[in-house]
Amino acid sequence: MSERTEGDRSEEETERSAGAPTTDGGTDHPAESPVAEHARPAGGDAPETGLAGPTPDERPHPTGRRDEHGVRKEPDHGPEPTRRATVSALVEDEPGVLARAAGLFRRRQFNIESLTVGPTTVEGHSRITLVVEETEAGIEQAKKQLAKLTPVIAVGELSGDAVAAELVLLKVRGEEPDKVHAITSMYDGQTLDAGPRTITVQITGDENTIDDAIDAFDQFGIIEIARTGQTALERGDSPTTPGEEPGHSAGETDDDEFTNYDD
Amino acid sequence: MTEPATPDAEPDEGDGGGRTDRAERPDEADAEPTDEPTADAAAARAEAATRSPGTGANAVIAALEAAGVETAFGVQGGAIMPVYDALSASSIHHVTMAHEQGAVHAADAYGIVRGDPGVCMATSGPGATNLVTGIADASMDSDAMLALTGQVPSDMVGSDAFQETDTVGVTAPITKHNYFASDSDDVGRTVGEAFALAGTGRPGPTLVDLPKDVTFGETDRPVGEPAAPDRAIPDAEADDRQVEEAASAIQRAERPLCLFGGGVIKGDATEEARAFAREFGIPVVTTMPGIGSFPEDEDLCLSWAGMHGTGYANMAITHTDCLIAVGTRFDDRLTGGVDTFAPEAEVVHVDIDPAEISKNVHADYPVIGDAATVLDQLDAAIGYADAPDTAAWREQCAAWREQYPMDYAIDPDEPVKPQFVVEAFDAAMDDDAYVTTGVGQHQMWAAQYWTYREPRTFVSSHGLGTMGYGLPAAIGARVAADDDRQVISFEGDGSFLMTIQELSVAVRENLDVTIVVLNNEYIGMVRQWQDAFFEGNHMASQYDWMPEFDTLAEAFGAKGFRIDEYDDVEGVVEEALAYDGPSVVDAHIDPEENVYPMVASGAANGQFALAEDQL
Repeated sequence: MSERTEGDRSEEETERSAGAPTTDGGTDHPAESPVAEHARPAGGDAPETGLAGPTPDERPHPTGRRDEHGVRKEPDHGPEPTRRATVSALVEDEPGVLARAAGLFRRRQFNIESLTVGPTTVEGHSRITLVVEETEAGIEQAKKQLAKLTPVIAVGELSGDAVAAELVLLKVRGEEPDKVHAITSMYDGQTLDAGPRTITVQITGDENTIDDAIDAFDQFGIIEIARTGQTALERGDSPTTPGEEPGHSAGETDDDEFTNYDD
Repeated sequence: MTEPATPDAEPDEGDGGGRTDRAERPDEADAEPTDEPTADAAAARAEAATRSPGTGANAVIAALEAAGVETAFGVQGGAIMPVYDALSASSIHHVTMAHEQGAVHAADAYGIVRGDPGVCMATSGPGATNLVTGIADASMDSDAMLALTGQVPSDMVGSDAFQETDTVGVTAPITKHNYFASDSDDVGRTVGEAFALAGTGRPGPTLVDLPKDVTFGETDRPVGEPAAPDRAIPDAEADDRQVEEAASAIQRAERPLCLFGGGVIKGDATEEARAFAREFGIPVVTTMPGIGSFPEDEDLCLSWAGMHGTGYANMAITHTDCLIAVGTRFDDRLTGGVDTFAPEAEVVHVDIDPAEISKNVHADYPVIGDAATVLDQLDAAIGYADAPDTAAWREQCAAWREQYPMDYAIDPDEPVKPQFVVEAFDAAMDDDAYVTTGVGQHQMWAAQYWTYREPRTFVSSHGLGTMGYGLPAAIGARVAADDDRQVISFEGDGSFLMTIQELSVAVRENLDVTIVVLNNEYIGMVRQWQDAFFEGNHMASQYDWMPEFDTLAEAFGAKGFRIDEYDDVEGVVEEALAYDGPSVVDAHIDPEENVYPMVASGAANGQFALAEDQL
């Protein structure tokens, strides 16, 4: 505030405006003409068309600035960093719900890394797990927009120590079955199909494990890959989405163990 | 304004034209709209909710009746025929429009004026796609609306059948939610839910797609009371801590400014908003959709800010240190470049939709809740003794108002200035008249040079900027409004020509509306931008092939008037307003006149140009 001398400046401007001769006020209108009352109090430097008043250069301007998210910042701030977030949405299991979620992310230009969907313990509910790479503000906005969809029951962002896993099917050349088997065992994988020319294995694990496994299998010549994308649950008693309650099959054990789900 | 003559077509509906609802109200003398349904109306709604419908189509209509719908706008067609057949036995008045786009804009405006969702109907395929523009328009402006579309029979869905479109897919991004009805037993409940959801929380358009076999199918299941899903109903009251923190930020402020958006009007919070600003002496600017939330003739009101807002509003918003924003989504037409928007302000943002908080402009103090409730909460939390001292700031705002007058130069020998035409009608019409507009320069003049005093009186296409909105919106507003309220529509020549066919509807329904075409034979706003940014290359913006709108109006059966010079204005205003029925004033205005002030796209609000050479 102190940079501006608003009061002084305004006085000057008012004076200039009031004291200036009018450019078009002198036209002689007949007294009864509807236009007679219109005589613009134009400023001395008023343009021929347009409005009167101090020009942009003559106005006081604040020095503050906002960043691209509308946060007040110093003008020379750097670009916002992005981070990966795993977002879990509990949704009504109705036709089109996945398309709605995916369409929302597409049209709002959120960058989806992966998207998985499947049923939960509650009949009629599904869980959508989305991994997005966004700025902090972008992640917040993505969660809010997702929560706004009518079929979405609850949205949560998973913490860093959440349990996350992905499944990959790898089809590699079958010339060295022993070596392939050794690598598969190393990653606790399963051989699903083994023929003279190809071997198909299944590996599950977190994203880094899958990436490492793919690197390891690369030596045999990978023919095809199918990855599911990440799915995830919060660790321990914490619900994955706020207010989420387990279905009957889970509730049958011991209600006290699940008190957190009612928070 | 006098009662329009009753069209012959509807001898049963005692009153006149589209306003059968008035006749049904027991106390016709009571011009004040009342929120309390009459006993008869309540009984009729309860009966509709509990009766056995018989067919899916009857269930659709029963659901509308149970929701208290009095009027629907639409166009017949193959896949929606069962619904129309059922509608013929209903007390709901159907206004047949000339084009589905007319129906959707009319329903939109009806909903804005009434404060309840407007209803429009169309058939499948082209009928549904013709609604799309208006649904997107309602979505951008958070207007409550229900669209019902016919669909090909379920077993043909997905086969690219005749007049099939994936309506649910097409409209998913532009509706608050949409439904594909798959069962005759559920269709009534679904329509009721869609109606209720449209008006719940942050309003928006909803749509139900109705396959023909579902509406033809039999059902005995009553539709029940319309109800939105529980989790779609937000808490009205804001968190106490949020309110306390926002209140103390306002108390600390030296230059606080209220920014009232469309949400103040949609949330029926104008009384609370006015009381709040007046009690603490806080100057007010509005957004364009917020026009009417605060009386523009009060000293505290600086009118609206943004691209073509007043210089003083833009100065105030640039220099405020505490922006109390209520029910606004900080559209880029308001903010200009976000980097320079209210750069020194702490932002208090009140909104019912959490997703609007910090979407475009970071909210230092988010307050999530219903505008009326939250304003009362804030009012109580601040307390008069702790109110900020705004005397100097108000003086500064008043000085800006003097420095940047909204005015225009006129020469009686030159073509008529559009601003003069707007002011002439404003002077001759009631303070609570409804003004609808198309989109373009005329819209801006109608917003700038008309003095709005009441909520819901400025009915315009804001977020989507839909040319052709004005005339169908005037029809919707006329049908919705009490008979003693006047309706005027400002259109541009280009905008008017886009939906001019709806004039036939205004004539058929004998709707007393005055349509003023500010005719400059240009797509004027484009021409203004071409002059400013494209070296005056008027590519495809010159419309010197326009018809004579006054003569064309007569061909439709409406009354035509023409303004060529200043001497015509007074008489035409008088005659056009006196005419009982639709009249069209073809006002030939100065073709070179431009809209100022103007904030260039992405520029700072405080850098508004007062003339082209300042852009």
